[in-house]
Amino acid sequence: MSDWITTMRNSSFGPFQRKTIRYMHEIEQQIEGSNAEPDIKNATREDENNLLEDNSQLSEKQSDKEPDKMPEDQDDTMIAADSIWRELLQSIYKDKKAFVGAILVIAFVIIALGAPIFAPYDPYEVDMAEMLVPPSFVDGAAEMSDNSYIIGTDFLGRDIMSRIIYGARISLAIGLIPPLITLAIGTLLGMTAGYYGGKTDYLIMRLADICMSFPSLLLAMVVMYTLGASLFNIFIALSIVNWGGTSRIIRAQTLSLKQKEFVEAARSMGVSKWKILWRHIFPNCIPSLIVLFTLSVPEAIMSEAGLSFLGVGAQPPMPSWGLMISRGKEYLFSSPWVAITPGIAIFIVVIAFNFIGDGLRDALDPYTKHD
Amino acid sequence: MRYILKRLLTTIPIIIGVSFLLYVMLNIVPGDPVALMMGEHINPDTIERVRARMNLDDPLMIRFVKYLLDALHGDFGYSYKLKREVSTLIWQAFPNTLILAVSGALVSWIIGIPAGIISAVKKNTWIDYAVMTFALIGVSMPVFWAGLLGQYFFGLKLQWLPISGFDGLNIKYIIMPAVVLGWSAAATIARLTRSSLLEVMSSDYIRTAREKGLLRHQVVVGHALKNAFLPVITVMTIQVASLLSGAVITETIFGIPGIGRIAVSAIQTRDMPLLQGSVMFATVLIILGNLLADILYGFIDPRIKYH
Repeated sequence: MSDWITTMRNSSFGPFQRKTIRYMHEIEQQIEGSNAEPDIKNATREDENNLLEDNSQLSEKQSDKEPDKMPEDQDDTMIAADSIWRELLQSIYKDKKAFVGAILVIAFVIIALGAPIFAPYDPYEVDMAEMLVPPSFVDGAAEMSDNSYIIGTDFLGRDIMSRIIYGARISLAIGLIPPLITLAIGTLLGMTAGYYGGKTDYLIMRLADICMSFPSLLLAMVVMYTLGASLFNIFIALSIVNWGGTSRIIRAQTLSLKQKEFVEAARSMGVSKWKILWRHIFPNCIPSLIVLFTLSVPEAIMSEAGLSFLGVGAQPPMPSWGLMISRGKEYLFSSPWVAITPGIAIFIVVIAFNFIGDGLRDALDPYTKHD
Repeated sequence: MRYILKRLLTTIPIIIGVSFLLYVMLNIVPGDPVALMMGEHINPDTIERVRARMNLDDPLMIRFVKYLLDALHGDFGYSYKLKREVSTLIWQAFPNTLILAVSGALVSWIIGIPAGIISAVKKNTWIDYAVMTFALIGVSMPVFWAGLLGQYFFGLKLQWLPISGFDGLNIKYIIMPAVVLGWSAAATIARLTRSSLLEVMSSDYIRTAREKGLLRHQVVVGHALKNAFLPVITVMTIQVASLLSGAVITETIFGIPGIGRIAVSAIQTRDMPLLQGSVMFATVLIILGNLLADILYGFIDPRIKYH
């Protein structure tokens, strides 16, 4: 399930609890002199309608205590883009899990881009004489074939390793493009809804409710039925299915940012609505968007694999990991490597992104808090 | 009461919107459904007659309203390929999906909640790390892959459980699909229980309780859990939806004749009424489930009602 839905639902009673936490940490700071900075940061980004007063007091207190370190997202000015990236890289570097995840993701990207270099064989080459050869480390593999296949061949004699390596390209594209489109749609609609309010807001949010009421896999399946099963259509299906969650979060942030002095100042100076949205509101949504992105990448990869597994996604002979598992499952009991190994690839990539997502969420996302 | 009424009133437009979206998407598919239903060699006159009888020449909007009214009476149309009432097929499949989803949910609660509590109480010990690592693994495993691994190890190698199939409430057949389905939900619940409990544990009234001299476990059980469970309950209800989504895949792997399997086979055979009926049924079920959960939630946490 999507983590941000959870996050959002939680945030509906967040202000109350977070106020308490912030208070607790203030006390803690006074008592123990401990650095409770991340949590204060979390709390200050809350619903400004309720907390505006407290916030101003808090930031005064904060700046008293830490004059040299001003956490950027509670500052009443625009966040400088490079500071976001710096914070992002720092939090990845500091968090052991996120660091491992980042290395795995880099390896994944390199493998995907350099597939022709890394793949030992042609991923599409069918060779019935080399059918279902076991992985080379298994006893008996050498007797079945003169060639050595690291993780064996499939039911058409294609080298599975090469197919997995080429499949990384599909997963990379699926992991990048639909989440970016989803975020773009969600951000645009969320900001519009939050800023314009009224009927626009009502209309967009009801549409989001409708989209979020569908179990996303079922909705994607229906879209695939309408468009026809192909890899390209998965891009479309996954792009239009999941924007609801993003738009809700961005709307909530826009609503709170709208009340801030710097937006009010811009408005009173006659800056146009779209410019305010783009120059003042959007930059402040970036931290959340980064977290949402890292969380939606693994989800998109899993969805593609699931759709392809069900036969409504990528079509043979594409080396999509989900499709490979689906086609290999008929040989699960005689040649388990055919179906099991692509799953390991999915698992590693997904866990790598989850590692990063977890680390970043702890560091950047104003809406969740981990200890 | 006003709260319940308000929630009901917001749910009805959503259900109508969802059905409309589905209906439009499924009915703009190129190709004549009648030709699809009757095969290739059919004379155009017959097609015309059938089209007229099925009201296919009416505008989309009118057809949708008719469909919705029929659906309210439990009539989802007629399956092209299986030549049977869609509603009959759905009602046959529904109990199986329900058994699977409920047992999946049970698994996720039985594993997830205690794991989360232990992890929070033993924060930053090796137990905590182990539980959280397992949770992350759980979230990252594709359901279908976990299913195949289960079939291979527990079905074939250890021969503890049947590899696939379904036999009503026969627990032997349910265990593996339920664990596969509930596993990632358990992971989410464990993580949430942990963070929610930790959040509550740092609040004023817990501090007060501790300073009153109560023991740690007394505070956890008597004071903290009640509040820490609120977000967990929300997620548990949202997860009904994800369990149903997961059930589509789980049913396919284990050969369980449920609604998900109907939907998948309807896509493969391009059986539009069957797909429409099954997806609509599942979606409306989830929406109603969420509504029920929200109402219950209003009773558990009265603050919600005033928002």
